[in-house]
Amino acid sequence: MKYDVIIIGAGITGNSIAFELSKYKLKVAVIDKENDVANATTKANSGIIHGGYDPIKNTYMARCNVIGNRKTRELAKKLNVHIKNIGSLVVGRKDKDKEKIDELYERGITNGVPGLSIIDGKEQIHLLEKNLQDDIDYALLCTSACIISPWEYALALAYTAKVNGTDFFLDEEVTDIDKTESGFRIKTSKNEYQSDFIFNCAGLYADKIFDLALKDAKEESFKITPVKGEYYLLDKDQGDIVSHVIFQIPSEKGKGVLVSPTVHGNLIIGPDALEIEDKDDVSNTYSGLSFVKESSKQSVKNINFASNIRNFTGIRATIKGCDDFYIKESKTLPRFINFAGIKSPGLSSAIEFGTIAVSFIRGRKRLDKKKHFTLYPLPTFFKDLKESEKIKLLKKDPDYGEVICRCETVTLGEIKKAIDAPIGARSIDGIKRRTNAGMGRCQGGFCSHKVFSILKKKLNLPFDEVYQDKTGSQIVLFKTKGGK
Amino acid sequence: MKEHSLIVVGGGPAGLAAAFSAYQEGVKDILIIERDDKLGGILNQCIHNGFGLHRFKEELTGPEYAYRYEQLVKNTDIKVLLNSMVINISENREMTVLSRDEGLLSLKGKAIVLAMGCRERTRGAISIPGDRVAGIFTAGTAQRYMNISGYSVGKNVVILGSGDIGLIMARRMTLEGSKVLAVVELCPYSNGLNRNIVQCLNDFDIPLYLKHTITDIKADERHCRVKEVTIAKVDDNNQPIKGSEIHIACDTVLLSVGLIPENELSKKAGVDLDKKTKGPIVDDTLQTSIEGIFACGNVLQVHDLVDNVSQEAQKAGKNAARYIKEGKRKIDRTVKLEFNDNISYICPQIINVTDSTDDIDVFFRVKKPIENCFIEIKSSTARRIKKIKLIPSEMEKITIKKDEIITSPSLSISVEAIQDD
Amino acid sequence: MIKELICINCPRGCQVKIDTDTKEVTGNYCKRGEEYAITEITCPKRTLTTSMRVEDEDTLISVRTDKPLPKELLFKAMEIINKTVIKKPVKMNQILIENILDSGVNIISTKEMK
Repeated sequence: MKYDVIIIGAGITGNSIAFELSKYKLKVAVIDKENDVANATTKANSGIIHGGYDPIKNTYMARCNVIGNRKTRELAKKLNVHIKNIGSLVVGRKDKDKEKIDELYERGITNGVPGLSIIDGKEQIHLLEKNLQDDIDYALLCTSACIISPWEYALALAYTAKVNGTDFFLDEEVTDIDKTESGFRIKTSKNEYQSDFIFNCAGLYADKIFDLALKDAKEESFKITPVKGEYYLLDKDQGDIVSHVIFQIPSEKGKGVLVSPTVHGNLIIGPDALEIEDKDDVSNTYSGLSFVKESSKQSVKNINFASNIRNFTGIRATIKGCDDFYIKESKTLPRFINFAGIKSPGLSSAIEFGTIAVSFIRGRKRLDKKKHFTLYPLPTFFKDLKESEKIKLLKKDPDYGEVICRCETVTLGEIKKAIDAPIGARSIDGIKRRTNAGMGRCQGGFCSHKVFSILKKKLNLPFDEVYQDKTGSQIVLFKTKGGK
Repeated sequence: MKEHSLIVVGGGPAGLAAAFSAYQEGVKDILIIERDDKLGGILNQCIHNGFGLHRFKEELTGPEYAYRYEQLVKNTDIKVLLNSMVINISENREMTVLSRDEGLLSLKGKAIVLAMGCRERTRGAISIPGDRVAGIFTAGTAQRYMNISGYSVGKNVVILGSGDIGLIMARRMTLEGSKVLAVVELCPYSNGLNRNIVQCLNDFDIPLYLKHTITDIKADERHCRVKEVTIAKVDDNNQPIKGSEIHIACDTVLLSVGLIPENELSKKAGVDLDKKTKGPIVDDTLQTSIEGIFACGNVLQVHDLVDNVSQEAQKAGKNAARYIKEGKRKIDRTVKLEFNDNISYICPQIINVTDSTDDIDVFFRVKKPIENCFIEIKSSTARRIKKIKLIPSEMEKITIKKDEIITSPSLSISVEAIQDD
Repeated sequence: MIKELICINCPRGCQVKIDTDTKEVTGNYCKRGEEYAITEITCPKRTLTTSMRVEDEDTLISVRTDKPLPKELLFKAMEIINKTVIKKPVKMNQILIENILDSGVNIISTKEMK
């Protein structure tokens, strides 16, 4: 199959680019080795749309973050993605942290971040947040910072790209890339494609993908260093411990351990930062979790960790020695464009990547906008609908009256719809990301077997092909009584 | 808005017994609301025997026990709404129900009995480290797959926690063709019944590792499924001891690490909860902090035996019926039950003394096993009951006598070891 | 010889002692403890509970032995039960497999299925 553009990687970066390109008369495909979009770094991070005061000026990071913040807020609303403009606070102690906080403020002003102010004095700060540690007396308030559901955001972008003509090839691993006369030949575990342009958005594996194309000419090669971060996700009874995203003073290791409500009403705490070898090592460790727990106490008190419902680990794709995003067209392989090293503020910046991607194509290929481009907003959760809308929906389809996930009140109708979505859920976790089923305090204890049956029946799958998450992550191993 | 005399939230053992008892007391307009497509609750998947020895004087399996109550309810005018979930309750006892057959309903109960049961503690609740892969289940979830759908979640299994569900599942999985390699328990004693240690573990030579915990879970190369579990001995502060690690190759981890009453709905109604039981604070009639709302079964406190659930629910149903017929009781005074440090909780938490106060049954659990001890009930006098052994996994019942209640301004229960001279 | 056993007849779980020669039992709270101890040292028996396939049904039906089965027959009985598929309707406590393994014990349903 022949494409104008092939995007490798269906994380937030690849999906943003696919979203933007789907506005043009281009033949575009997205390929990912996972069986769902947003199934690596994009699904496991803090879920923050940063203000943009952290990056140094004149970097991709600074530019994309500040513009991205504004654009993401507008777009997320239109796409019905859960987003909340709750603002952020970098909190510290005046005697030792004033200089650093003032520097962030100055940087933010230089970068053009709106809504920045310094809060000086215990009382003012504790008026904003009642559970900050008592000695916190100096803070940077950024009213433009938001919290977002990162996987919903990526899904909405992907759905929109899909309904506007983009092809998605999931569960296909790119195994080889060859330069051809007019572009590239891409071999995958299932198929072979031709493309004029490649956007490498492969996240943790961007180095491997680039190397596949570079063959032996490795001068341009870069190396992705995975940096692991562990998190706690607490039940909703802890969701109002803080009302802003609470950051600690950033260090060379990152932005420190944050404490923040999530868009779904939980409390998220993390991450730490640990360089690792294995790019798929999303394990939690005693040391990582206790570090996160202890560190959170530097800024916030009264967190009841007994309300923890889940730990998880996210891995950031970093390139050593590169403080900015690595967004570059290859010199040896023109039309092969790397979007690599997309660490924080990647999520905040992602929407700008689409614009940048277009600029790489402009002038080298006809770029006509499509006449019809339609956004594909996510369905509103049944529980969040107005009563009249609920009644209307129930009349049409009684499946909306059957609650499958009791903790999050997710109905059968919503689960079926998630399977039928433009890029349909194919696993229990895929359902979870689309509907919140299994996201609650029982962590799927009550509903996972129901979701298992729904997936099995609707997709006509044998029992050993219903997966928890990635292909192969089998849930049940055998039938006790034999039979079909 | 439709009004019923009594609405029972939950059609498991507690809900059924409460509804039936209220019916026997003369309340006719009763509605049971059940989330599932059948009555009986968790008993449907508890296909093992050991139920009903107290209530029915014979040994039944879970489904048989549920059947008995279903038959009782079936022969009455009690209405049942299946596939329906209460999504909100207000303090004036109005509720919103989402129902497959009826759509969105607004109902009001003159009285309400909360009987929503409990849920299992998960991996997250105890922050078990390790890879995040398929193959880690709560014991109850695995039980559901196995006993109702006929799927086994694993071939080689390590079970964390020696509560009864974990022990029962060790036997079930063994009988159904899996190999249970270890049951791992943090405490220096098992949290299940002795009989289950014998017939679920010893019968099948399944090793029980006391004072051990899981310190790591490793995934296979593709990060799809559990491949290995590391267990380690713990010290007296429950910290893993370095060097004591044992690696066990397995594909599955089952968790049987406790149950939590499911009170999110109670919270919406504004019912006050006990931090320790995680259930509502109730008085001697099992009425919560909100007038006309009663609670019973595992939503109130986690029970060891369904027979006790039925008994408790019967009491809640009876008191709800009395409330419907007679309205608010005239309370002379309220006594909070105090207890000493060896006791982890007590239920009911308060006694409302009225002119009809009688003997009152009180339930409690000790914090850790105590041998050769006594329970002391301190009222205006002190009464001691000698006990050979009290353990946390067995709920203790004592009866406070009418005289003790009406003659004393305060009541306290304590457990003390008998000091040898 | 004195053997120590835990009675499994009820949740109380009495720790009983039995003299293997005289069959004298102590430590039991009720009579069933005595019966249990004697059977346990002569021919230990267990109630078997499991489930069975039903024709044209996705879900299984729960079953049990109508009286305790000699312990050594548990897995053999499972083999037979696992191979058996029964037809609806099934009444409560209906005999589904009669006299399994010639033990005098029947497999009965513990659930109704219409």
